[in-house]
Amino acid sequence: MSKIIVFVEQCNGTANRASTEALGAAASLGAEVIAVSFGEGAANLTLAAARTIALEGTQYSPDALAGDIAGIAKAEGANAVFCASTGTGRDLAPRVAALLDSPCFSDCTAVAADGDAIAFTRPTLAGKLIANVKSTGTAVATLRRNCFEAPEAGSAEVTIQPASADFKALLTEIAAKVGGKLDVSEAPIIVSGGRGMKEPENFKLIEDLAAAFGNAAVGASRAVVDAGWRPHSEQVGQTGKTVAPQLYFAIGISGAIQHVAGMKTSKVIVAINKDPDAAIFKLADYGIVGDALEILPALTEAVKGAVGGA
Amino acid sequence: MNIVACIKRVPATETQPKIAPDGKAMDPALAEYMLSFYDEIALEEAIRTKEAAGGEVTALTLGPAEATKEIRDCLARGADKGSLLTDADWHTRDNRTTAKALAAQVTALGAEVVFCGRQATDRDNAAVGQMMATYLGWACVTDVIELTIDGQKATAKRESEAGIESFSFDLPAVITCQKGLNEPRYAGLKGIMAAKKKPIEESAPELAENMTEVISVELPPARPEGRMIGEGTDAIPALLEALRSEAKVL
Repeated sequence: MSKIIVFVEQCNGTANRASTEALGAAASLGAEVIAVSFGEGAANLTLAAARTIALEGTQYSPDALAGDIAGIAKAEGANAVFCASTGTGRDLAPRVAALLDSPCFSDCTAVAADGDAIAFTRPTLAGKLIANVKSTGTAVATLRRNCFEAPEAGSAEVTIQPASADFKALLTEIAAKVGGKLDVSEAPIIVSGGRGMKEPENFKLIEDLAAAFGNAAVGASRAVVDAGWRPHSEQVGQTGKTVAPQLYFAIGISGAIQHVAGMKTSKVIVAINKDPDAAIFKLADYGIVGDALEILPALTEAVKGAVGGA
Repeated sequence: MNIVACIKRVPATETQPKIAPDGKAMDPALAEYMLSFYDEIALEEAIRTKEAAGGEVTALTLGPAEATKEIRDCLARGADKGSLLTDADWHTRDNRTTAKALAAQVTALGAEVVFCGRQATDRDNAAVGQMMATYLGWACVTDVIELTIDGQKATAKRESEAGIESFSFDLPAVITCQKGLNEPRYAGLKGIMAAKKKPIEESAPELAENMTEVISVELPPARPEGRMIGEGTDAIPALLEALRSEAKVL
């Protein structure tokens, strides 16, 4: 049976959703799953895994942590290491791969047993191609959010191990995001606006619709980010974030190839655009032709009623 | 300071790829290639570092002989010389093989700081920078949006789900560059003329065997045909009904 190390990101003893999904992906392969986590609270994790190794340390260094993860993978004789495809996971996994002298497969959307190996499916060229690959060494991969089933919390026994203090780069500060706003890469619903919003001030209407859902994030097209209307952290597309929410609203977005690349694996896509020939309608599950500035206030009111009454 | 910007020749943004006859790669015979988007930011940061600290910028790539086009683009923007690790099969190399070849050349060039794009816009792995740093035993900060270098000390900021993270580290280091770090300059006519006289050294890299086995490369499945709900605010009730009972996402 294969043995998979899953690095689990956590905050005060609660694992993040994407990491839990990675545990689910490893379990779906019938592997023995060993969770590895770091930092304050890691010892309190209750994960769906055979065991949890909590690395105890107060200072975060990606190179030191990658060294610890690779060290555990070697000591355990693991044949795979999974991380969530988050800012942290995507930073760490290639370092772990190099320490294990293996390639790294980033942002995978599916895994499958392939004999003794694991086959990974991953979009490349901004989703214009899908590659199915496997490693002849250790299989190191990051797994995209919303692509794998997250198991219920488990009761894995936790062993504590001191984290390495051999640092090259050291985290000195985290300036937390203001207002606890949901990030596009995490939200189950995204409301994105483009040039069709006409003025930066009109993004208030996009924010209102996102707020009406309660669990939605605001996204933006490259055009409005480049114009300085919205921050780069909201940009969805080839040079922004790749997202796969349950529900994606493309509002006043024409559907340029570089935007589509970042959102076309969304489960359900709704497009609102005044141009009935806009490319976005070819991709959307549901389309409404019309002026976003007129439709948005009414849609927000209707969503408030629908979500509130549910 | 001895500065290297790692760059990559990638398919142009508008490319509609075809699958190679063996079904295991993208057909590399394309109309147009370009400098990868994030590598423009890496090159710009390399040039700004040179402008602040003095020294020399080398644009380094593993690529086919034709990649002299992308290197010339870098020279025209302000790099001093090019280093091409010539490899006709560059598009089939995995990130481990690429990182090892680049790390060896970074050592040969005597670099003190290396800038990479956060990811190449073809394979989208965002891995070679960290892997190269790991093979070199150097510090590495990824997705950097703010960088300060003061002698051998440096600080960098990156954005994660948690917020803006600040890191401190010593050179030598690999920095992978995210949008927002700078505004890349364009090549002016003067730069394009000057680039013609700048040297590009071509060498054959030592290449470790790929450890990635490609099972297949496919075009993604087309999304099922959607439908137009209607026009204007009148369409809102039907949209919500479809989201609730058909798509079941509300």
